[in-house]
Amino acid sequence: MQDLFNSIADHAVSLLKSNEVINLNLEGEDSDFVRFNHNGIRQPGSVQSCDVGIDLIRGQTHAQMQIALTGIQDEDRARVKAAIEELRSRLEHIPEDPHLLYAKDVNSTERIGENHLPERERAIGAIMAGGEGKDLVGIYAQGPIYRGFANNFGQRNWFEANSFNFDYSIYLRDDKAVKSAYAGFKWDDAELNRKLADSGGQLELLSLDAKTIPRGKYRAYFSPAAVNEVAGTLAWMGFGLKNHRSKISSLIKMTEGDETVHAAVTMSENTVEGIAPNFDGKGFIKPDQVVMIEGGKFKDALISPRTAKEYGEQTNAAEGGEWPLSFDMAGGDLALDDVLQKLGTGAYINNLHYLNYSDRAACRITGMTRFATFWVEDGKIVAPLNVMRFDESFYRMFGDNLIALTKDREMILDNMTYGGRQVSSARLPGALVEDFAFTL
Amino acid sequence: MFEGLKEKFRQVLPETGFCSLRAVRESNEIVQVRQSVLQPITRYEDQGVMVTVVDGGGYGYAATSDLSVDGLRTVVERAQAWAKLSAGKGVIDYSQIAYPHPSGEFASPVEIPWETVSLKDKIDLVTKECERLKIDDRIADYASSLWYVKTDHLYLTNEGGEVTQAIERLLPILRVTASEGAESQTRNLGAGTYALQGGMEIIDKVGFKTEGPRLAQEAIDLLSAPNCPTGTMDLLLAPDQMHLQIHESIGHPLEIDRILGDERNYAGTTFVKPDDIGSFRYGSDLLNITYDPTIPEQWASFGFDDDGLKAEKLFIIERGILKRALGGLVSQARSGLPGVATTRADGWRRPPIDRMSNLNLEPGDASFEDLVGSIENGIYMQTNTSWSIDDSRNKFQFGCEWGQLIENGKLTKLVRKPNYRGISGTFWNNLKMVGDKSTFRVLGVPNCGKGEPNQIMKVGHASPAALFADVEVFGGE
Repeated sequence: MQDLFNSIADHAVSLLKSNEVINLNLEGEDSDFVRFNHNGIRQPGSVQSCDVGIDLIRGQTHAQMQIALTGIQDEDRARVKAAIEELRSRLEHIPEDPHLLYAKDVNSTERIGENHLPERERAIGAIMAGGEGKDLVGIYAQGPIYRGFANNFGQRNWFEANSFNFDYSIYLRDDKAVKSAYAGFKWDDAELNRKLADSGGQLELLSLDAKTIPRGKYRAYFSPAAVNEVAGTLAWMGFGLKNHRSKISSLIKMTEGDETVHAAVTMSENTVEGIAPNFDGKGFIKPDQVVMIEGGKFKDALISPRTAKEYGEQTNAAEGGEWPLSFDMAGGDLALDDVLQKLGTGAYINNLHYLNYSDRAACRITGMTRFATFWVEDGKIVAPLNVMRFDESFYRMFGDNLIALTKDREMILDNMTYGGRQVSSARLPGALVEDFAFTL
Repeated sequence: MFEGLKEKFRQVLPETGFCSLRAVRESNEIVQVRQSVLQPITRYEDQGVMVTVVDGGGYGYAATSDLSVDGLRTVVERAQAWAKLSAGKGVIDYSQIAYPHPSGEFASPVEIPWETVSLKDKIDLVTKECERLKIDDRIADYASSLWYVKTDHLYLTNEGGEVTQAIERLLPILRVTASEGAESQTRNLGAGTYALQGGMEIIDKVGFKTEGPRLAQEAIDLLSAPNCPTGTMDLLLAPDQMHLQIHESIGHPLEIDRILGDERNYAGTTFVKPDDIGSFRYGSDLLNITYDPTIPEQWASFGFDDDGLKAEKLFIIERGILKRALGGLVSQARSGLPGVATTRADGWRRPPIDRMSNLNLEPGDASFEDLVGSIENGIYMQTNTSWSIDDSRNKFQFGCEWGQLIENGKLTKLVRKPNYRGISGTFWNNLKMVGDKSTFRVLGVPNCGKGEPNQIMKVGHASPAALFADVEVFGGE
């Protein structure tokens, strides 16, 4: 794939006129997807796809187009040529873009992960053997993922990862289930079986009679996966400079006012320790780290090249949406073994579901508990908890009401496959919180 | 379109079993202006095929953008390999399913084709409507856009089935945010749901050229409005909130693949049980929900679904009783439940699954004045801005951009940050009045997420205004 991209890029550059600049972005994958339900196969299949985005620039005027490539060099060269010709004709009708910014210094990079993926038959066989006798549902995805950038200044960036992600749940009855995932780059049957056995162990706790609690404020522990749902909501409209300046940021009280959260809260985009590419779609190289919240105070926003030009700031090579791809939240001092004891009496929440802002300006978030959530009394799990709706402010939850963050953190690889498999990740601790508002 | 593909497909057909080819070509273009600056125009040209093979009881698919004979041969072989691997391990013996070999065509009604309006004229139009949003210094952000999508579908089967469908869609958007201090209020044209099939004639149908200044003034008015009060009261919902209420608490729970458990690891399960179909009281007698692919301009009208089933209008809920669910060929075979033609994929890269298509609330007989006049203590909410529901589709919470109190039969005070919450069954059984055709609006949701691997689907919802009793209402901080 890298050879094909370089060939296409060279060809595109050869078609340019002297006053033209070109940026090319590639996204591709060769993926196997196997969907399971009741430990049977629902839909198995393969998807080969490769798209290239072309930005043709003349002065401050530019036109963009994304096309699907076929993998056949002559055909793809013809498609790229036709696209450039169409973009060239569109430039005549498009005004100058005052916010256009692209890299002119050449910073070529290459990161190619080794391929330790299993044969598909082996992985599927291991999953179905491990799931025997269980109500297992989920998806297994594997294969190479490609990202590339090229321009006519000679910059070439290439990223290739060979990953797998088995995202699954094991159900006991109705909505009582344990959710987990086995994801990475080197498949190990023993690790899969350990994960499945752990999940099976938690199922025993779910077999206890479920408890429903009345609305009210409760002490609650959030697992790293649950904290990731809150972080994912903040990532949507919280950290980007464009949202701050447009006055629609969910963290506007931190950026425009003097709101803070607990001093233990530090959140960053940690590219150097993540799994995402370190280059953006305009050819800029991402800094190793951008700290958005430090010691409870807002520090730096994520800034795309376009936003940087618009507001006269320096870009930190965020993509257009200005959300983190390699999210990192600092841990605290709570040992995992002490979580139940410190929780005392309250809710132990493994997963959250369908979060949304109920008051964006106040960063108040509503959502649901999901999967294995338990009621704990005097440091012991006594019952699974029926699902509860919450409606709570980030400032309270991670401000005065934050009791502790766990020392250990969990690395969660993004399992989303909208438009293609993702390369983002999050590393987070668990969080112990008091007076958390359940509302329905 | 897809020239020679049929002949190439014939050359690579497997000798046994069922085989289909689903080709999709999609052109997207978004013209957007923000704060009077034209944003990079997004053009996306995509085409490819998915081949499905059912053989020996197994099922497999493979997708590629390589439309050569060799490319098709490769995906047929890959799909065959998956079918072989999954045989005897599937959730059903797929050979039991009688895949149709349909014949037909469908095309959107288009009066003014997108390509007949020059790029310059489109840019000028969107720029003008953007600039009309900036009515005051308190307008902090404002944008307008047109999103055009043309999708050509070709469905072929190994026994001569052939369906062609050409669908053109347009979504005009206006968005304006007013700000003062750390407070901001946003208004959107119809919550971004004024999405119809057709061409540039849609611009006038949805008020793209007239509604901007009103929305901007409303955003400013909301800045100084008091917070929505807390209480249990009558709730009157406009169509641009009703669409999502229908979507989340009727549409998703009735998807057969949810009932079968396929979505339990991701999108969720459902409170609806197989035995509920045919007898379950979903709502009051006023609740009539249809699967309706016959409204030509609606966002998800089509002639055939992606497994080749012919689409026709059917009642899903009639006088409050659940009659059938939302599932296509495979789900109907697996569950034995009555469904509709609604197995759909969001493109050539994903396999078709049960989706909503056009799922509509049929109009009643109350005018808007009747609805308001019947309310002693209540609130009118417009334009969805927040949505959340549990994975069984019971406990929901929604927020709207615009709230107006109703006191003694009259619309009175404007309030900001109106929210409400409830439980699906209770809520629909508290449906106490349904608006007539004068309150009815055809809308579309462009971004319904579901499935593993994930898919974004375009679905349609049409609804009149509707009135619900005893709803828990509250505001922001």
